[in-house]
Amino acid sequence: MSFFKKLKEKISGKPDETTEKYKDGLEKTRTSFTSKVNDLVARYRKVDEDFFEELEELLLQADVGFETVMELMDDLRFEVQRRNVKDTEGIQTAISEKLVDIYRKGEDGEGSLNMQEEGPTVILFVGVNGVGKTTTIGKLAHRFISEGKSVMLAAGDTFRAGAIDQLQVWGDRVGAEVIRHAENSDPAAVMYDAVRAAKNRKVDVLICDTAGRLQNKVNLMNELEKVHRVIGRELPDAPHETLLALDATTGQNALIQAETFKEATNVTGIVLTKLDGTAKGGIVLAIRNKLGIPVKFVGLGEGMEDLQPFDAERYVYGLFAEGLEQEAEILGQEKGED
Amino acid sequence: MAFEGLGERLQQTLQKIKGKGKVTEADVKEMMREVRFALIEADVNLKVVKEFVKKVSERAVGSDVMQSLTPGQQVVKIVRDELAELMGGETEAITFAKKPPTVIMMVGLQGAGKTTTTGKLANLIRKKYNRKPLLAAADVYRPAAIQQLETIGKQLGMPVFQLGTEADPVDIAKQAVAKAKEDHNDVVFIDTAGRLQIDEDLMQELRNIHDAVKPDEVYLVVDAMTGQVAANVAETFDQQVGVTGVVLTKLDGDTRGGAALSIRSVTGKPIKFAGMGEKLDALEPFHPERMASRILGMGDVMSLIEKAQTNVDEEKAKELEQKFRDQSFTFDDFLEQLEQVKKMGPLDEILKMLPGAGKIKGIDNVKVDEKQMDRVEAVIKSMTIAEKSKPEIINSSRKKRIARGSGTSIQEVNRLLKQFDEMRKMMKQMSNMQQGKGKRKMKMPGLDSLFK
Ligand SMILES: Nc1nc2c(ncn2[C@@H]2O[C@H](COP(=O)(O)OP(=O)(O)O)[C@@H](O)[C@H]2O)c(=O)[nH]1
Ligand SMILES: Nc1nc2c(ncn2[C@@H]2O[C@H](COP(=O)(O)OP(=O)(O)O)[C@@H](O)[C@H]2O)c(=O)[nH]1
Ligand SMILES: [Mg+2]
Ligand SMILES: [Mg+2]
Repeated sequence: MSFFKKLKEKISGKPDETTEKYKDGLEKTRTSFTSKVNDLVARYRKVDEDFFEELEELLLQADVGFETVMELMDDLRFEVQRRNVKDTEGIQTAISEKLVDIYRKGEDGEGSLNMQEEGPTVILFVGVNGVGKTTTIGKLAHRFISEGKSVMLAAGDTFRAGAIDQLQVWGDRVGAEVIRHAENSDPAAVMYDAVRAAKNRKVDVLICDTAGRLQNKVNLMNELEKVHRVIGRELPDAPHETLLALDATTGQNALIQAETFKEATNVTGIVLTKLDGTAKGGIVLAIRNKLGIPVKFVGLGEGMEDLQPFDAERYVYGLFAEGLEQEAEILGQEKGED
Repeated sequence: MAFEGLGERLQQTLQKIKGKGKVTEADVKEMMREVRFALIEADVNLKVVKEFVKKVSERAVGSDVMQSLTPGQQVVKIVRDELAELMGGETEAITFAKKPPTVIMMVGLQGAGKTTTTGKLANLIRKKYNRKPLLAAADVYRPAAIQQLETIGKQLGMPVFQLGTEADPVDIAKQAVAKAKEDHNDVVFIDTAGRLQIDEDLMQELRNIHDAVKPDEVYLVVDAMTGQVAANVAETFDQQVGVTGVVLTKLDGDTRGGAALSIRSVTGKPIKFAGMGEKLDALEPFHPERMASRILGMGDVMSLIEKAQTNVDEEKAKELEQKFRDQSFTFDDFLEQLEQVKKMGPLDEILKMLPGAGKIKGIDNVKVDEKQMDRVEAVIKSMTIAEKSKPEIINSSRKKRIARGSGTSIQEVNRLLKQFDEMRKMMKQMSNMQQGKGKRKMKMPGLDSLFK
């Protein structure tokens, strides 16, 4: 089934009410996004093979990945034929609709976290080495605390040198208690203690850090499953969210990461970190398409304020806006010279 | 979701061409589409892919590919050769200053592995070149970055220089070099903070450190999983601080590692080392040839062969073969074999290095239970010397003792004894068959069945 069809089906399967609510909520951003795309495309040129090719390259350069890009292009070509679009005017709507649709689902409720009314909400962070788990935990804790919630952190990375201290610094910085054991101790034991402490002290949110691990290390993935299990044993239904930290600079391997971590820990959402750089993390598009995992937050820097809820419109726009702008500029110059 | 390798994809393309007799220029073009696809899936930068494909096409069209009976293999060979050439030769040489201390600066994006690699390189330099490194903590931004380096220093028994988080990284670098002179440390590593290549202030800071200490080496540390942006990152760091070598980290993962090609082709700088794990000895020389195969998804055959070679001692192998033949193979020999296999690394990872492994469904989930291996070891270690060399004498009271001693069960002991017996018989058959062929292939038949 084609990329868009699949997504469309998912969306149309939703009750009208939510779709409507969602539409209203997004009307403003949507128009601004659409008009931006319109501007860009209008400054461009005819809808011909060259146009498609350049669009394709922009998406490939954003790490979207070959397969997903090809599906996208096929769908767009089909749309253009179906609507008999010949100039850029017609394709504007097609592009903006299609691209944003991919992320529609991510915003209607699924984008928010599964918070518990009673008892602590437990959020587990997983991911490969150095992607930004600990930093994101610090930022997220800060976010909760500014909303008036009490937060506790569990230092589950007992392996990497200085990892516990790193989380402690974040805890001190944002005002959250850190449950920690000695270096090299069993991470499952840390989780056990942390969940108990969180229940006893009636904190609102417990955020659990884990050591980075490459998804092909079977032993380490088993360890992670155990950590996940221990949390669930101490508190039924916990962890309520398991967030996979993905580094936006990562290429196609991110898809395998998402798949493997999902299998091991039932990942409920993604945090796309380091989007303040030039990398776009386009692979989340493929992840969304193939595995259905939504992006919940994006990391935009190393400070505690640098975490934002994922905004599909802005994200998709950012995927190719720069590229199109540059193209348009070059074209503009060329025209000016004529 | 293991991707198919280029070899397999070309095979498929050729199925279509087959029967037409000769390969046409259009067919070559078709094959190049597959090359392009393989490289993009491996995360090679698109611009680099374009140049590369152009070059390879020219060579392919102008060469014997079109006449060849095995055009697919020809194309793979050309692609591989070109790729290997682009990757450059092996160069792990480190430039040491004529007048010590040698200053080595570590730079790169956040989380790439700079601090860990600093520890690994310092470890290597001490071992291989007999130097005395000092590690300087110039990352004052990331929380607990200094503690991280200090922990690593402690693990290695090496001094770490730091001025806290309030100091200016330029001062830290300068004072570290002075301190090294004073203490007769002949190498100074400057572990800088991670930074985005577009962060002008922080890039300026790097230039300032560079100007202040004039490093002999500037190593750019890059995560092997990096996508399209790798080219731009490498190019910018190189322009700003003059990179002298690259370390590719996290190659113990299952990424294709196309970033290696992007980095090489935009900077021309050698990739010197490969990070193969989180431990401080997990650093290897970078092998361009193998990287070429890996990018194309052709299996890391070379690594596998080398691993087997370094870990199997030729003399021992001969000895063992003799034992196979006269059935004097004991549990002690068996234990030694176990150790050898273990030294090759986790078995499931070795499995995955086999060419075509990506095609085997479920290979990613194959789990070789290393715990089971430990249990087998425990059982053997609980035997007496006599029992190890003459397992026949193990009666039920001995079995009971062994089971208790190893914390296993009598059933497990029984199973091992039975398997060992079968193995011995099989070995005899095999070595008889191989005798006279002059082939010395050392393999332990039935070994795998023990760990399932
Ligand atoms: N620029 C940038 N750096 C980040 C971001 N998130 C994390 N980092 C940095 O990435 C590095 C690794 O982060 P860390 O949280 O330790 O990763 P972990 O190993 O997954 O816990 C640190 O230097 C962080 O400051 C982000 O959104 N933007
Ligand atoms: N598996 C693996 N992990 C690595 C390797 N090199 C570094 N790491 C891990 O990557 C993470 C970030 O490394 P770090 O040295 O803190 O990066 P820095 O921010 O660049 O200094 C840590 O969890 C390291 O243990 C490697 O070669 N293989
Ligand atoms: Mg961490
Ligand atoms: Mg560091």
